[in-house]
Amino acid sequence: MSGTSLPGRRAGPLGLLRVSPTNRGLLLLLALLVALFGVLVGAPLFTAGSLRSMALQVPQLGLLSLAMMVALLSGGLDLSIIAVADFSAIVSGWLLTTWAPSHGAFAFVPQIGCLCVGLLVATAIGLLNGMVIAYLDVSPILTTLGTMTMIKGLSIGLTHGGVISGFPPLVLFLGNASVAGIPVALIVLLLTALPVAVMLNRSPFGNLVAMIGSNEPAVRYSGVDTRRVLVRIYMLSGFLAGLAGVIMMARFNSANAAYGESFLLVTVLAAVLGGVDPMGGFGKVSGLLIALAILQLISTAFNLLGFSEFLTLTIWGATLVAVAGVTLLRRQLVFLLGLRSNARPPASRRSP
Amino acid sequence: MPAFLELDAISKRFGGVRALDGVDLAVEVGEIHCLAGENGCGKSTLIKIISGVQPPEPGGHIAIGGEALHGLTPAESIRRGIQVIYQDLSLFTNLTVAENIAAGLHRGLHLVSWRAIRRTAEAAVARIGVDLDLDAFVADLPIAQRQLVAICRALAADAKLVIMDEPTASLTRREVDHLLALTLELKKRGIAVMFVSHRLDEVLEIADRVTVLRNGEKVGTFDAAEMTSERLGELMTGRVFDYSAREPQRALGDTVLEVRNLSRYGDYKDISLAVRKGEILGITGRLGSGRTELALSLFGMNPPDEGEIRIRGEALGRHTTREAIGNGIAYVSEDRLSLGLVMPQSIGDNITLSVLDRLADRYGLIPESRREQTVRGWIADLGIKVSDPANAVRTLSGGNQQRVVLAKWLATKPSLLILDSPTVGVDIGAKDGIYAIVRKLAAEGLAVIMISDEIPEVFYHSDRVLIMREGRLTGELVPRDSSEAALRQAVDA
Amino acid sequence: MLRAFRRTHEFRLLIVTLLLVVGLSLASPRFLTLQNALDLLTSYSFSGMMAAGLLVVLISGGIDISFTAIASVAQYVAMVLAIRWHGEWLMLMALALGIGTLLGIVNGTLISLLGISSIIVSIAMLNVYFGLLMFLSHGNQLYNLPDWFLNAFSWVVYTDKDQNPYVLNGQIIGLFVCFLLSWLLLGRTSTGRQIFALGGNGEAAARMGFNPFRLRLIVYGYMGFVAGLGSLAQGQLAQSIAPNVLVGRELDVLAAVVLGGASLNGGQGSVLGMILGVALLAIMQNGLILLGVSSYWIEFFDGAVILLAVSTISWERRRQRAATRRVIAGAAS
Repeated sequence: MSGTSLPGRRAGPLGLLRVSPTNRGLLLLLALLVALFGVLVGAPLFTAGSLRSMALQVPQLGLLSLAMMVALLSGGLDLSIIAVADFSAIVSGWLLTTWAPSHGAFAFVPQIGCLCVGLLVATAIGLLNGMVIAYLDVSPILTTLGTMTMIKGLSIGLTHGGVISGFPPLVLFLGNASVAGIPVALIVLLLTALPVAVMLNRSPFGNLVAMIGSNEPAVRYSGVDTRRVLVRIYMLSGFLAGLAGVIMMARFNSANAAYGESFLLVTVLAAVLGGVDPMGGFGKVSGLLIALAILQLISTAFNLLGFSEFLTLTIWGATLVAVAGVTLLRRQLVFLLGLRSNARPPASRRSP
Repeated sequence: MPAFLELDAISKRFGGVRALDGVDLAVEVGEIHCLAGENGCGKSTLIKIISGVQPPEPGGHIAIGGEALHGLTPAESIRRGIQVIYQDLSLFTNLTVAENIAAGLHRGLHLVSWRAIRRTAEAAVARIGVDLDLDAFVADLPIAQRQLVAICRALAADAKLVIMDEPTASLTRREVDHLLALTLELKKRGIAVMFVSHRLDEVLEIADRVTVLRNGEKVGTFDAAEMTSERLGELMTGRVFDYSAREPQRALGDTVLEVRNLSRYGDYKDISLAVRKGEILGITGRLGSGRTELALSLFGMNPPDEGEIRIRGEALGRHTTREAIGNGIAYVSEDRLSLGLVMPQSIGDNITLSVLDRLADRYGLIPESRREQTVRGWIADLGIKVSDPANAVRTLSGGNQQRVVLAKWLATKPSLLILDSPTVGVDIGAKDGIYAIVRKLAAEGLAVIMISDEIPEVFYHSDRVLIMREGRLTGELVPRDSSEAALRQAVDA
Repeated sequence: MLRAFRRTHEFRLLIVTLLLVVGLSLASPRFLTLQNALDLLTSYSFSGMMAAGLLVVLISGGIDISFTAIASVAQYVAMVLAIRWHGEWLMLMALALGIGTLLGIVNGTLISLLGISSIIVSIAMLNVYFGLLMFLSHGNQLYNLPDWFLNAFSWVVYTDKDQNPYVLNGQIIGLFVCFLLSWLLLGRTSTGRQIFALGGNGEAAARMGFNPFRLRLIVYGYMGFVAGLGSLAQGQLAQSIAPNVLVGRELDVLAAVVLGGASLNGGQGSVLGMILGVALLAIMQNGLILLGVSSYWIEFFDGAVILLAVSTISWERRRQRAATRRVIAGAAS
């Protein structure tokens, strides 16, 4: 996890291939939960239909969580991701239903174009976030709160709270079809997560994001234009949110200003559970993906057990507190027991 | 009369580390006592125990005012008159001077009397006759004034022992004199003062006695009058230094850096200097002399308002730090902890921080093998004691941390290396290692500017020394043809 | 002098608010009327009361966005119990305030004890409180609210020549009570000053003997207390108690408090600034409605103004810091 008393981000010379201690713990947890729910819920949990439904629900949350993770790594937070996802879905949706042809041999070209416009819009909002955060020095919480309100307001203003629906088959394919048994949406998630992971681990940009998350002034004094990096990070989170929006509209065949608002907590939870340090600087995509699997498993199991979605929400909240709390307790414990001879006391946390 | 503070057989363990081992200490009423020792010798731990923040191991005794105390808490320690002024001053920058001075009144649960706060602040300020604007916010005050606020606060809290941790580190000469005079005032009023300082010369001027700690143990308590800073240095490190041996003059090459009439309003004025390949140019002077601001301007952080900078003959206009690095200028910041290194991240990541672009292949990714190689290469080259480059850099000692910083900058293949206070927070023993590296770099043709306010450091390791005061160059000295005393005089004059 | 420099923020805010008031009173005749003012105070009483509590939290260096969930739980549970136990206002208030304070203290404990950042705790607890409430209530509104609750407080303070009554109601009183409480706490009690100290320099505060753990419990407990009070005011105003009505408005309150000069880093803020921040946003929204802007667009303007305002504040702070640096550099050299 974080590098205070455990090794830094890199999990040894093999990097991506070696399983980090955090991921090991998560995989163990996943196995335990599979066993637990296997007993509690039984066969219904593991039917093809059930698995498929799980696999279909993960991508939108996964992309949103990736967006949140990227912002968290840089030491910030992006509260606007859901508003951005909804807004870009509305833009693409509107273009698709009023402008793009729905039939024809080459109809897929303008259709994809419409989706791209939505992605562009999402990235542009990310650009706005990044500029305000990096160049105007406004805290990420306040900035993304402002954009979130503004963008949601824009969505409501444009749609009057209504729903845009009736998308062409191409779009529906993205959201609901499967290729070789694996839902297309899940493939999209994985095809996105992989380059993001590689970028974060191996590219100069990715390295800088984590370093900036831990100590931005030091990185600046090392000759790096940290502002440009920050702008690009928020553009990326905007883009990922836009992609999530595409998946959401594809799945539900509709776009609306308020979809997925309860997801905000879950994205933070997925990130923190997956080993992302809420203070910034540490986290791996692989951990995030395993955490998502765990959360989805719990969600589906609860559903099958008849738990109200609100009870699930409560448990998510309690889990987030527990996970974050355990992390800190563990660090305190390691220090107190003197497990590392040159350990220093955990840095006192400033809230927020 | 019993000593004001008596410590007997004080020990402290943290996990597996023994921070203090059987330390005895006595501070008399109204005494000025200096606590000297390297980093990690246990000074801070001792202070924490005296102020009640940490308890000593069983078997240790603390007595204040002749009365033995068990289970000393911070509140109790304050009640008994012990006030600690930490190096960071522990002031509330968001509050006014008056409220800071009288902050002790806020303890407990009661209605605030703003009048009482005012009165308390005025009384404290009057006691030592300083000039402070009680309504100013501490955030708007310069460091010297903030220190006065901290001292007034200690007085307002009815201190009988004021412990000052590295108080002169950020002060100009004039301010240091003022502070030392203030300390004598405190002494006159029967208030004991304990200085924790590595500025041995200053402290010896004024201290009555000196206690030396080394590796958690007390080496001894000595009369300051019978002490010299050289002897103190030896006692603190347990080694004898021989500075007199000077290496032969290095061959100097072409001019690497040329600065002409450089000015930046409010920071420095009309600076002209030149540094050649293989040369170590020292720049010294008190805080406020503009040295760091000048270095930052060379590095591209503080654009100058007038004048010219030429690197290897080419004029450098308004440039960014990235461009500075591209032109071969590297700057090792004086603030290693917050600006020099990213503490929670790994040693390897810190080393490669400035050259990530250069390590990338044509796909824009950094091959793990290339990264490994670079990191291990620098660790070997600079002799950094590391068990695993993946460890967080904050697990290293100060000296090793500084080597990591050097590695980071050397990786950028600079032609000019600017070092700003390079051995702050580095043990006396480890300083030598850093100096050796710097000398080797110079011998290999690097141009070095070494900024420092430690006179011996600058004197014994530079080929030439420039003296700055209040933003201007006031003198130049060639150590080979001069003496340490002469340099000291030039700086203090 | 430098002092005047600092006071600038509240002053600027006042100017902007006055300009807005002048502009709107020119644009719409319905704006600058006593009735409109009273209506505004009433409809923003909940937000204003929450802002009074949140201000204290921000000054301490923390943040809380779970107060709407706390309020929802407080009003719902208090009413259910008050009905069951045949109580009236006294019991209702005691219950709501008690529950609110308790939940607030839970937040404070988690933040202090576990050391988790307050934004994460509040995001999590928002969902815990809200989720539990929705689960246990099945999302149902409370029906058959007692008359003593629905009729509640209103005093006619003034009747104009057309026999129109101008009413001072419980909401407005509650609002001013909260403003007063926050003002007293922050400016007149040692605890309040300790809170400022904690927000300014937590480590120094601990060294001074100001117990950070106790302070955080007080701060978050106070927020919960105020949430409990506000929840009743809101419920009485809406003439209904539903579990899912309040949640969602937290970020508006945060924006208003930040607009008023409170910093997310802690140690800064004032009651006057907070009042102006709330007033500014309230007047702006009111103005838009009076000017006939479709209610669908209100949130957009809200967000745009927030963004603009926080950017401006940040810009100001940067300039101030640079200027101060020059002064310090000048003094030192």
